Amino acid sequence: MADAGRLTQATRLRSPAIGPVTLVRIAIIAAILVGWEALAQSGLLYRDVVPSLIAIGKAIIALLTDPDYYWHLGVTAYEVAAALAIGGISAILVGLVLGGNRFLSRAYEPYLYYLGPTPKIIFFPIMIMWFGVGPPSKIALGTLSCFFPIALSVAAGMRQIEPVLIRVGKSFRANAWQMATKVYLPAMRHPIINGVRLGLGVGLIGTLLAETKLSNRGIGFLIIQAYSLFDMPRMYAMLIVLFVLAIAANALVGRLGGLDRIKRF
Amino acid sequence: MSAAALARSRTAPILLGIGTFAALVALMQVLVETGILNRFIVPPPSDVALAFERVIMEEQVVSRFLLTMRECISAAALLAVFGISIGTLLYKVNILRQATETWVAAAAAAPTVLMYPLFMVIFGRSATTIIMMGFVAGLPAVILKTIEGLSETKRVLLNVGRSFNLTPWQLFWKIQFPSALPTIFTGFKLGLIFALINVVGVEFLINFGGLGQLINDLAERYDLAGTYAAICFVILVSVCFFVVVEWFERWLTRAA
Repeated sequence: MADAGRLTQATRLRSPAIGPVTLVRIAIIAAILVGWEALAQSGLLYRDVVPSLIAIGKAIIALLTDPDYYWHLGVTAYEVAAALAIGGISAILVGLVLGGNRFLSRAYEPYLYYLGPTPKIIFFPIMIMWFGVGPPSKIALGTLSCFFPIALSVAAGMRQIEPVLIRVGKSFRANAWQMATKVYLPAMRHPIINGVRLGLGVGLIGTLLAETKLSNRGIGFLIIQAYSLFDMPRMYAMLIVLFVLAIAANALVGRLGGLDRIKRF
Repeated sequence: MSAAALARSRTAPILLGIGTFAALVALMQVLVETGILNRFIVPPPSDVALAFERVIMEEQVVSRFLLTMRECISAAALLAVFGISIGTLLYKVNILRQATETWVAAAAAAPTVLMYPLFMVIFGRSATTIIMMGFVAGLPAVILKTIEGLSETKRVLLNVGRSFNLTPWQLFWKIQFPSALPTIFTGFKLGLIFALINVVGVEFLINFGGLGQLINDLAERYDLAGTYAAICFVILVSVCFFVVVEWFERWLTRAA
């Protein structure tokens, strides 16, 4: 019954130019925007806690046309990229070792597994002492954040490689480096990309949070500065732009992962 | 012991793990004692071990721990009520689900914790901000897993229900919900982990409340050994929390 209902809905969806799903989406967005504006105009909340949509729109335009913003965005992008490069490469190496060796995996993987979901931002005071108050401490925190999901994902991915592929490699007497580059890494593209996607998310959060705590540059710093100045439209604008960027980056990496799935046989 | 016997052994890997940890701590101690590492940047592990007692006795760790747990439990209660209700609503109203499921998935990928300054403006620098941050961080996981669990109810179970002429209400409460419970709990577990991370993280960031604030406090006083000890303590608490939640999840999956 329910399936039949879904089926008719699916066929109905394909026919008209704007399907009911799109209509519902438009209705939800419209309801939120109207509700927001009504709340902003009502004066029920403190002024500027819920700023008018026009003010937010203006703030978004001001933000996107401000060259300073791109400089700060560049700083954050550099920090996240450096964190992902350092954390990602070391995590892939650790993941390959742990995934390839049952004994080492049982010795060390529980530590990664349980340390993985702990709040990394609390290490920030240590990172400041080790790497100073500039970008290196943010990179270090981002590295620490993204290391765990990537390492665990790579180790799990390695164990899921079909044994026949490994046997083929061994029958050709491939050495450890050839096994890694010709067999393991190509067979594991999917878990690696998935791990990088998870790592990118948490690495980005780690870097940005560190910037909000103690920094004089980067998007995190701009957000906390808007808070200090109580410039709410600007803060909303920055959060909206940041979320769009983060979701787009996530979708991009996911798309790469999806491509791989299609090519699989 | 031969290599094969070593690989099969249960205790050898555990011993290697603990041994490596102990060796690293010892190495750190030696490096600090010999002056290769600056003791004003890395305190000797022996000082950190001694600081544990001081931190626990002098910094009201128990009441801080209870406060953090209270915040987590409040966030968990909100997650259970709103996450499962919204998930069920989206499952029941298919068009809503089609319209919003990708949004929820996108929200799961967005760095929502960056909204904490906004929440501070709305709720003040208070426990409510911390609880709401934990709640918002965990919500997408609970919603998505609730939808997944309810959608994966076995057809045969539903058919059995229908053959007993159950009303839709009974069908939901007697069959769909219990069969979805393990998956829902997996989502709830994920939500709880995100909530705990965010609760402790935001406590640290806004310098308010329980264990997170303790670390910030000690770091600002430049009490190095105390900071390291407090961080170790928070990590231990988080790990214990995961072990308990995981144990409960396994128990629930077996019971189902």
